[in-house]
Amino acid sequence: MFANTVRRMLVALVAALASTIALAQAPVEISFYYPVAVGGPITKLVDGFAADFEKENPGIKVKPIYSGSYQESITKALTAVKSNDAPTLSVLLSTDMFTLIDEDAIVPFDPLIKTPEDQAWLKSFYPAFMENSQTGGKTWGIPFQRSTIVLYYNKEMFKEAGLDPNRGPNDWKEMLAYAEKLTKRDASGKVTQWGVQIPSSGFPYWLFQGLTTENGVQLMNSAGTETYYDKPEVIEAVQYWVDLSRKYKVHPEGIVEWGTTPKDFFEKKMAMMWTTTGNLTNVKANAKFDFGVAMLPANKRRGSPTGGGNFYLFKQASPAQQAAAFRFVKWITAPPRAAQWGIDTGYVAVTPSAWDTPAMKQYVGGFPAAAVARDQLQFAVAELSTHDNQRVTKALNDGLQAALTGTKPADQAMKDAQREADRLLRPYKK
Amino acid sequence: MTRSAQWLYGWLLLLPSMALLALFTHYPAVATLWNSFHSTPKGARPAVYVGIDNYRQLVDDPIFWQSLSNNLWFAIGTIPASIALALLMAVWVNGKVVGRGALRLAYFTPTVLPMIAVANIWLFFYTPEYGLLERVLGAFGFASHNWLGSKSTALACLMVVTIWKEAGFFMIFYLAALQSMSPNLAEAAAIEGASRWHFFRRVTFPLLMPTTLFVLVNAVINAFRIVDHVVVMTRGGPDNATALLLYYIYEIGFRFWDTAYAAVLTIVLLAILGLAALVQFGVLERRVHYQ
Amino acid sequence: MTHVYDARGFGRALETVGAWVLGLLWILPLAFAIWTAVHPGEYSTRFVLTAPLTFANFIAAWNAAPFARYFVNTVLLVALILAAQLVLVTLAAYAFARFEFPGRGVLFALVLIQLMVMPDVLIVENYRTMGVLGLKDTILAIGLPYMASAFGIFLLRQTFKSVPKELDEAARMEGCGPLGVLWKVYVPLARPVYLAYALVSVSYHWNNFLWPLIITNSVGSRPVTVGLQVFSATDQGIDWSIINAATLMTTAPLLIAFLLFQRQFVQSFMRAGIR
Repeated sequence: MFANTVRRMLVALVAALASTIALAQAPVEISFYYPVAVGGPITKLVDGFAADFEKENPGIKVKPIYSGSYQESITKALTAVKSNDAPTLSVLLSTDMFTLIDEDAIVPFDPLIKTPEDQAWLKSFYPAFMENSQTGGKTWGIPFQRSTIVLYYNKEMFKEAGLDPNRGPNDWKEMLAYAEKLTKRDASGKVTQWGVQIPSSGFPYWLFQGLTTENGVQLMNSAGTETYYDKPEVIEAVQYWVDLSRKYKVHPEGIVEWGTTPKDFFEKKMAMMWTTTGNLTNVKANAKFDFGVAMLPANKRRGSPTGGGNFYLFKQASPAQQAAAFRFVKWITAPPRAAQWGIDTGYVAVTPSAWDTPAMKQYVGGFPAAAVARDQLQFAVAELSTHDNQRVTKALNDGLQAALTGTKPADQAMKDAQREADRLLRPYKK
Repeated sequence: MTRSAQWLYGWLLLLPSMALLALFTHYPAVATLWNSFHSTPKGARPAVYVGIDNYRQLVDDPIFWQSLSNNLWFAIGTIPASIALALLMAVWVNGKVVGRGALRLAYFTPTVLPMIAVANIWLFFYTPEYGLLERVLGAFGFASHNWLGSKSTALACLMVVTIWKEAGFFMIFYLAALQSMSPNLAEAAAIEGASRWHFFRRVTFPLLMPTTLFVLVNAVINAFRIVDHVVVMTRGGPDNATALLLYYIYEIGFRFWDTAYAAVLTIVLLAILGLAALVQFGVLERRVHYQ
Repeated sequence: MTHVYDARGFGRALETVGAWVLGLLWILPLAFAIWTAVHPGEYSTRFVLTAPLTFANFIAAWNAAPFARYFVNTVLLVALILAAQLVLVTLAAYAFARFEFPGRGVLFALVLIQLMVMPDVLIVENYRTMGVLGLKDTILAIGLPYMASAFGIFLLRQTFKSVPKELDEAARMEGCGPLGVLWKVYVPLARPVYLAYALVSVSYHWNNFLWPLIITNSVGSRPVTVGLQVFSATDQGIDWSIINAATLMTTAPLLIAFLLFQRQFVQSFMRAGIR
């Protein structure tokens, strides 16, 4: 009897001591910028993740800050860094890596990756995604929401035109042939349905990289100090795109708006569209017809750039925050969460093990289109990324827009773009 | 009041205003000039004196010349048109047109809307294929056109948006002036046998000169100051066809963080505004008739 | 009152038609936005008269971004700016209108510079200044560059100058100090001008975009114009019905105020332009 009481008292005492110690450690708060316009279904998902993580890790508080588009997010992040008010983490474009390094804003993850499990975790990501995340032997970004470009097509229109609705075009010749069959005109010659639409507003370079990769050429070196905009294969790729609208008239003329392309698809304004796999859930919800998803057509080979965002760790975070942030990043990229994220948004789950989870297997079983982007990964290459990234890509964007609007011939446009890029990258070639 | 008391009061009353003006108008203007002769600080590297290097970069920059030319065309395209329309609207609303209250409302409403909202509405309006403009033109048999996506029409589209927003605003000032004109003038002119057009050209229009000057000043400032529509509708594209000078400054300063070059561009903008001020207040003011 | 030169007969009919066509053209874009906002997505581009009306777009827009907070921010911003402007502008205009002191001409010229060189143009430097002052991403930072308003000083100085000196002297006789005279004589007489200026200022700052875009970073300080832009600039698909609903929502307060107080609005703008 007495022993029991003593035992109970000891247990209570130990418990009290333990909770006191726990209380004495104030929770570590980590903030992270997440690029989405505030509100909307994605913010609920992210909020949900933050809450779940906090439940499993009571000493850490996670605060997502929603920061607009990717463009706005990098601006905000750099602004915050310059005013000594940086967040702990941020999800930013994988291509922003060099810019963030140059501005002395981020630290590599390597010092935190010590144990064998951590090293295995680092190796578990798809190599294609790591290409925009590592440089100089260090790991600066951890893939989170990555994508590739895919070709969405309207199955009903395919059937009408006598094409096989179960697969997309295999190569450039086929895509052109399909597009010619799929372009419809009314009595006055005005086009009522375009064959194919590849958006060119804002960041045409990304979709263009699909074409250049398929033509077997790279646009930059891995150190981010050189670009190859005027290689003959690149110019060929520009010409193919320009010809689609100007020569063969199966593609809308001028600059096609990225934001309205999915809506154009729903409105049946075209039969095939190139856009991110991140739009998959959007298309699934809003297309009121049977649609298919295919890999991009090959030319010399299949290919697509990767896209999307990585986690970056900021220099201004304290060591405790960095450790907490690392735990969060590991947690959120673990297979169950990565799978859930992929299912809910359409982004490509970033590790092969995520695709092996039961939830993902079931999803893909019912909706095979979801696996297309993953299957395309073996053909994927790094997204265009260099020092002074915004300006160097702007040179390419301007050149592409000049070619697509017919202001400059393709080779002139690319040569001018290359000249500008050379000028901008000169200080970094040391 | 004693002289020294006058001085004291005068300066003290002015102090808060002058302090703020100095801090946010005069100092930045001078600082911009200073910064234009230095390089951009990056990371750990501080700014260094580079003389007129940045200005040389300016001269060599085709996008700068493009944005300058865009802005000048933009000014030429919007200012006379919005002033003329404003005058026309004012004359109509001032006369005996049926339902002029409603008309005045229709003309003035675009002015109270934020430019951001206006730009979003027009972005939808210009959408190829199913935007309203396309459908209206389509009903008349015109082919579809990518209005904001072609270099030839994008800037013109932005001009239309600006005219739509500004004309009503200027109309109000003309309306005020017209209503303060004495009807005796018209009667006297009619007795002399002057035609309606003659009366307008020789009497009304000259008397409206102070208003025209005021409206002109506003229009010029706005042509260089407002770039909200560029941000929403075209982001400077296609291929810099709609890059206006202030938008280019915004891009250089806040997307590329090249603050020294942004300073140089700002100096150009300030020079233009200064020149416009000189012309307007120096030259035109002399030719204005006052009642 | 018939004007001697009013059009008659056919000329008048032509004028009426012309004015109405222009009026309809003018209202068309706004009408289109309203149509899209009150009908479901499928009808946004089809003009079927029997299409169902819905408020779902507005509800979706409201929930998609913290518009309530944006509105609060904007109201605070506009009120703050106006309050500061009224005080500063009154004091400065009084100084220019009624006091003799050395450098008055030079200082007035310096004030006039702001008429052409607005803070909007000096965004890069002002941004840096705000950083130094530690005010980035606050509502105060949005308003501070505008509080000393050259336009207001100019306008009010004209008004004060036209106040008869006798009233000033009469108040002085009664033992008022200079500030007392300001408060008792000048301010009440300038009331219509204050109202005019207030309406112009509120419109301008409610609708201001570029500077607030640059200087604010978070929901806590963002005004409604920037909020609308952040909301509509999505990387994934634009839904026009919701964006138009959001656009209308953000313009509604000003638009409603304008519709209710049309006369005052119009008269204020008229008055602001008269020398």
